[in-house]
Order: sequence, then C-alpha cells, then structure tokens
Amino acid sequence: MTSYLISGAELPNGTRADVAIRDGHFVDPGEVSGKKGTVLVGASGLIALPGLVDLHTHLRQPGLEQAETILSGSQSGALGGFTALHAMANTDPVADTAGITDAVARMGREAGYVTVRPVGAITKGLAGEELSAMAAMAAGPGAVRLFSDDGKCVHDSLVMRRALEQAKALGVVVAQHAQDPRLTIDAHMNEGALSSRLGVVGWPAVAEESIIARDVLLAEYVGTRLHVCHVSTAGSVDVIRWAKKRGIAVTAEVTPHHLLLTEDLVGSFDPLFKVNPPLRTAEDTRALRAALADGIIDIVATDHAPHPSESKECAFGEAAFGMVGLEMALPVVIETLVNPGLLTWSDVARVLSSAPAAIGSLAGYDAPLAVGSPAHLTLVDPTAVALAPRGSLSSNNPYPENVLPGRVMFTFHHGRATVSNGELVAPDVVSAEASR
Amino acid sequence: MKHLLSTQELDVDQALTLLDTAEEFQAVANRQVPKLPTLRGVTMVNLFFEDSTRTRLSFEAAAQRLSADIMTFQVHGSSVSKGESLKDTAQTLEAMGADVIVIRHPSSGAAATLARSGWVDSSIINAGDGAHEHPTQALLDAMTLRQRFHSEPRGALLTGLSVAIVGDIVHSRVARSNVFLLTTLGAKVTLVGPPALLPQGVDDWPVHSTFDLDDAIDSAPDAVMMLRVQRERMGDGSLISHKDYVRNYSLTRARADRLPQDSIVMHPGPMNRGVEIASQVADSSRSVILDQVRNGVSVRMAALYELRGGQA
Amino acid sequence: MAARAVLSESDIDRTLRRIAHEIVEASPETSALVLLGIPTRGVVLAHRLAGYISDIAGIPVPAGSLDVTMYRDDLSTGGHRTPAPTEVPGGGIDDRVVVLVDDVLYSGRTVRAALDALTAIGRPRLVRLAVLVDRGHRELPIRADHVGKNLPTHHGERITVKLRDVDGTEEVQVVE
Repeated sequence: MTSYLISGAELPNGTRADVAIRDGHFVDPGEVSGKKGTVLVGASGLIALPGLVDLHTHLRQPGLEQAETILSGSQSGALGGFTALHAMANTDPVADTAGITDAVARMGREAGYVTVRPVGAITKGLAGEELSAMAAMAAGPGAVRLFSDDGKCVHDSLVMRRALEQAKALGVVVAQHAQDPRLTIDAHMNEGALSSRLGVVGWPAVAEESIIARDVLLAEYVGTRLHVCHVSTAGSVDVIRWAKKRGIAVTAEVTPHHLLLTEDLVGSFDPLFKVNPPLRTAEDTRALRAALADGIIDIVATDHAPHPSESKECAFGEAAFGMVGLEMALPVVIETLVNPGLLTWSDVARVLSSAPAAIGSLAGYDAPLAVGSPAHLTLVDPTAVALAPRGSLSSNNPYPENVLPGRVMFTFHHGRATVSNGELVAPDVVSAEASR
Repeated sequence: MKHLLSTQELDVDQALTLLDTAEEFQAVANRQVPKLPTLRGVTMVNLFFEDSTRTRLSFEAAAQRLSADIMTFQVHGSSVSKGESLKDTAQTLEAMGADVIVIRHPSSGAAATLARSGWVDSSIINAGDGAHEHPTQALLDAMTLRQRFHSEPRGALLTGLSVAIVGDIVHSRVARSNVFLLTTLGAKVTLVGPPALLPQGVDDWPVHSTFDLDDAIDSAPDAVMMLRVQRERMGDGSLISHKDYVRNYSLTRARADRLPQDSIVMHPGPMNRGVEIASQVADSSRSVILDQVRNGVSVRMAALYELRGGQA
Repeated sequence: MAARAVLSESDIDRTLRRIAHEIVEASPETSALVLLGIPTRGVVLAHRLAGYISDIAGIPVPAGSLDVTMYRDDLSTGGHRTPAPTEVPGGGIDDRVVVLVDDVLYSGRTVRAALDALTAIGRPRLVRLAVLVDRGHRELPIRADHVGKNLPTHHGERITVKLRDVDGTEEVQVVE
C-alpha cells in the first residue's frame, strides 16, 4: 500500500501538523518521512478532518439502479469527503432479510470507495406491521447495527414498541422517519401560508413532532436508544431537548438541505425542491442550526436521495421526493455553521464523523486522526468554491452552483486515496489498491 | 405577456388590458359575422388531463372566433394514460405545430412547470391546475362584476365592491384566482366556509374570512359567489356532514332575499342545484351565471390575443 | 430630427370645412351618411366633420369609430396593439353611405383592414374615404375620395398630426 505524508494541514483542534499514513493506518510522520515510495501531499491551506460518516444515504441498489448504484453512490460519497455511508433499506426488494443486507455490504466492499453499512428495515416490506428479521441481519456479515423504515413511518405504536424491545435485546438502534401518515395524506410541501396560497396539500409540523414525542416516551419506557431521522422543525427540536433533559437516550440528525433551504423555493413549483420531510420556514432553519451548535441535534446526515430525471421533470404533485446531498453536505455545513461561527472544525469532525459512527456502532472513528487509528481522512479547502456534484448518477441537486464554500481535495479510506487533487480516483485503481 | 398562468402574477395594468380587450371582443359576438381573422394560422391546443367540457368548449369557441386552428388532446385513452410524460406530450404537441397550449391538470403548479421547463416554446394558458389557479375564470368573474356595477366598464376597476366567496375554498382554484385578481382590482373579498374548508394560513391572505354565511350576507355584499361543493369530499365524513353543510352554507331563497337589491349571485358552474344554491336563486334575476359563461369566451379571446396576436 | 410645420391650426380648420362641403356635394342625400373614424385621430376628425356637415345640411349626421387592429395584416411583425373601441352609431351601416375618416393615408393597408372590418358589421350602399393628409407611397390599389392636403414625402420622413383633443395642440408637421 502506498504511504502518504501530508504536510501542513490544519487539524480540527486548530493546530498545524503533518499527518502520515502507512498500511492503512495513521502513523507517526517520522515513519514515512524520507522513505522511498512515500507520496508527499502538500496540504497547506487545507483542513484535515476525519473521514466523514453519513448515517442516512439512499444508494438505491438493489432495484432502482437508474437513479444510483452502490458504486456511483460510493463515488459521490468519496467526492463529498465521506469514508462510510449507511445504505437505507427502501430498495427493491426492501432490505428486510440478511440476504439483501449481506449483499449490500459486499457490493460496497467491492466498489471500494467507502465503507457501506447496510441499514435493515424495521418491518417486513416497510409495511409497518410485522418486524423484519432484525436478529439475522445483525448477526450476518452485513453486521447491521442501524434499523430504519425510512421513507415510511413506523406509525403503529405497538409495532414501534416491539421494534424498540428487539433493538434493546440486540444492542442495535432503531431510526424513525417521523411522519404521521394520517396527517400527511397527499401532502407535497410544508403546511402553512405558502401551501395554502399555492393550493398544494401541506405536511404540518405537528405530524413530525407528535411522532417524535410518542417515540421518545416509548424509548424511555422500554429503556433503549432511539435515533430520529431528518429533524426538520423547531417544534421537533423542543421535544428532543425535553427528552434529553429527562435523560432519554435519543439522538437526532439534520440534513444539509434543512439547514439551508426554505419553503419559498417551492413557490416556483420546481420539483427539485420537493423533499420529505419538506423544506420548512426560515425560523425552522435557524432553530436547527442552533440545535446542532448546542448538541440537541447530534449529527448531520445527508438523506442523499437520487432520482432519475423523469421523476423530477414533471408536475410538482407527481414528482418524487428527495435531493442528492453527499457532495454538498460539507459546503453547506461550512456556509451555515462554520463561517458564521456556530461550529468549530472540531465540532464538524464530531457531527459529521465521530458522532454518526458512534450511533451506527461503526468502529474506527472514535480516535480520529490519532496514531494507530484506521486512516480515514478528508482534506478540504474551506475557501475554494464547491464544484457542482459529479459523482451521482442523478442530478436532482437543489443547491446553486459555484456559490457554496468548501472543496474536498483528498479523501482517504483505510489509507487508500479515493479522491486525489479534487478528482475521483479511478475505480480500477481503487479496487487494485483494495486487493493489495 | 408570454404565458397566462396565475392572477397572483398579474398587475393592475395587465389585468385591465385583458378586461378591456375582452370588452371589445364581446362586441364582436353581436356582429353579423362574429368572427375575426386575427389569429389565422395560429394553432391552439387544449391539453386536458382532467375532464372539463365547459372550459374546453369555451376555449374552442374563443379560438374559432379568432380564426385560430384547434387541436384537443384529452388524456383519457391517450398515450399519457399509457405512461407518456407531460414533457413528452407537450413536445409532441409543439412538434405538431401548437403555438398556444391550454392546459388543465390535476396537479397544482403543472402549468408553471410546463411554462418554465424550457421543454416547449409555446405560450401556455393555465385552464386550471389542481387547487392552485384558474386565471381565465377569475377574469371572466371580474368582467361580469365590472359590467354589472359600471355603466362604462372599459378602464374601470372594482374599487369598493365587496364580494363574498362561499364554499370549499381550500380545494378551489377559482377561489384562489379570484381572491388575488379581485383584490388587485380594488375589491374587498370575504371568504365563507366551515373551518375544514378554509385554508390554513388564510389570515395572511388579503381577505376577511368567516364561518358564518348569515353574517356575511347581512354585511350587504355586492356579489355572492357560490362554489360547487365537491360531493367526493362530502363522502369523507371527517370533513363535515352533508346536512350541516346545506343548513349553514347553502344560498337559500331566504338568504338571497336578504341581499341588497342590486347584489348579484355568481357561480363558476357546474351547479349542484339544491346543495350550495337553491334552484330559484340560480334562475333569479340576481343570477349572472349565464353572463359569466358569455364573458368566458370573450376573456379567453382576449387571453389568446394577448399571448399570440403580435408575434410571428 | 427637424420638424417642419405644413398645416397650422387655421389651415386644418379650413381644410376640414372644405372636405365637409365636398362630402355633401358628393352625397346630396345627407340622411344616408355615417362617418366612421379610424382610431385614434381619425375618430376626432370624423366627429368634427360630422359637426360641419350637420351645419351645412341642417340635419344631424351620425359619427363613430371603427377599430381595425384585429384586421391588420402586420400583426405578426408590427408588435402588439391593444384594440380601441368600435362604436357604430345606432342606425348601423346597412344600405348607408359610409365615409371612413383617417388622419394620414400612406400604404393603404389600414384602409384595407377597415374595409374588412366593415364587411363584418354590415353591407353599406357606398364606402368613401376622407383623409386629412395623403403622403403617397401606396402599396395597395386604394385612393381617397376626399383629401385635405397632398404632401409628397420620402420614406425617411414622418408625418405628425396633432389635434387639440388628443395632443393639446393643433398642427401637421413633417419630421425628417
């Protein structure tokens, strides 16, 4: 394996240092400096972050490969600075058996760019009625530690209780997509003054908040962890704050789009801005940013949701929900949180790497950049403008181009370069390295 | 003006131009030869993803009076119901020579999506998109109000007129288009309906709203516009019981008799006689429902002319 | 841009009176007359002429307006125009002597459009044309029966007619 000496990078704690990689791990710079075959990377002006971990990614394979494959999604992740992704279960067929989750993990390994952790469905077929084979999925080589019906809500209280009990027994975590289906029938955008002006059925904030409120109480009663996907409202933040104060073991994530974008964008009826949960108000984005800054929300997770163009080039009511986000996540975080001073780089490392890894029980991220840890690393230029996303097969990107700050220059996964000088390393090189 | 998509986007001058032009076109209907050569060679396509005989025929009549050519594309049984996308349908129509596409679609914003997509170069007229807007309906309603309350309608605004719109507001594109157009023209609008049928956030609209139809009638509005109650929604018992609706929100003879002498009754049609409006009221001298239909053709002629007369 | 006055206010007045006499001479049965002006200034002129003819003939002569926008052949190139009102006096035009009135006769296309517009309204017995200024350069076989002033021009020039009712002043100019 190639050894690397990365010089002059700024570490998350603000100091400038050299970072060295050998045999897939961080080592003392002295061990590679001056040695034959060591590749030198000049990193002055770049921030060194531990490899980013996404707890919420839709890789669409198996079944929906026109939108994305595990390979293309991994490449998009690498370009975004990610070294681990959690592949959500709403594929076709649904990942509710070990056969699927094991296969997803294997395909991720073969692609080689990132660690792909399969997420198992909570209920069979995402139907919300019977629990899936959670134990089998956890025990297999896929090693599922995160279960979610994301895309759908586990709305039946008894089913949710049983899922939490099973999660407790297995030592895994259940992640809820909080959306009361009875309050959101045919809803396509946030419910409020704008939706009523536009004549579009709305998704009221209470449909999310009421489910979170129920779930945190159930989690407390059962005595196990709960994770809340894509929190989108100020009210949800309040519920989670209350729950944490009470000592409930709840964690929560926010997406980049909910940190930056608001419902006014839907005024043009452009399906690019249609997402579930919907874009909300400016007040909600402010509450979410503050919540991330003070730890009420634990992590940023992309909810990267690729869709083929025909699903977005149609009338708003017929369009699919979702936006791609792996490559713009870090730029959005820099723009909305780092530059205004709400988060330090050390906080960024926490919310985008160590904390999601901890929630997903993913090893190797608890001592980031430390000598001996697996070499998961991303080097980002915080002042260069982010390039338009180019890794995903889908182009449903809602962010303006050439505007947001932050360009990933290098990504290392287990010590192997997946992105070099801002360009994706070719698949054959990546897999060649992987087999060494 | 390249497209007519919504009344929310029309300013006073544009609205007046359309209404004044419609007045001129109205006069054509009374001539010996009620036809103009103005849009000869222009092709208008009715692209209807939802059934609507009345609106479709109205646009056809408007096009015929201007000597334009007409193509009608009904979705039922067409390639769209076999899965062809809006994009492909529109591009096929343009390739067949459509200059103006009149679109009615069940999804709010469909007309805007078509207009802004860049898929076609044609002008787009929104003939009703989901619950969002139906601009030509609001224009014909405004034209009717102008004619009734101004002896010389040309150039007139609706300043000071009070209009009550009653019924299923939340699902109504007619209500939305009217709220914004009538307010732009200076009228005062009151929305009346049960809580479940008034839009969330209606307090942000430039209107009054009330749950009480009798109150609204006793405030002596100049016009009462009754909206059709969609029976499909009455089936959803969680909204409101049919009996309660008729009792509280129907324009009965007794209510109509309490209106001021000169007040008029409007309805976009089709009517459910005996549900939202009593038969006798619909047939009374207060009712301008047929004027609305007549004005519909003139307003649609004005829309076609504004978008297409004056361009190659 | 140089503007040269060719008709003053009193010239215009004298010219219109002369045209009024000509019209009466050409149609002694003045009760059959209907004057229709082509908007905008043709309408003003039509009403004035009707007034003068009434003075001469001793009976009221109806006047109105005939908008030709919808019949123009240059809609696709000339840019968008909002139609002006068409007001045909109560007696209509069937079997009457219609005098079309306009301020300037140039290519003849406006008058051609006016003739088409008339056919949609009725069937006159006779149609005549009265114009304040004929500047030549006809593109269609159309001629005026009554001309206020012949003003040969070249294409680079423009005739500007100002009438008190519309413009606040009264004169006819040639503008380079």
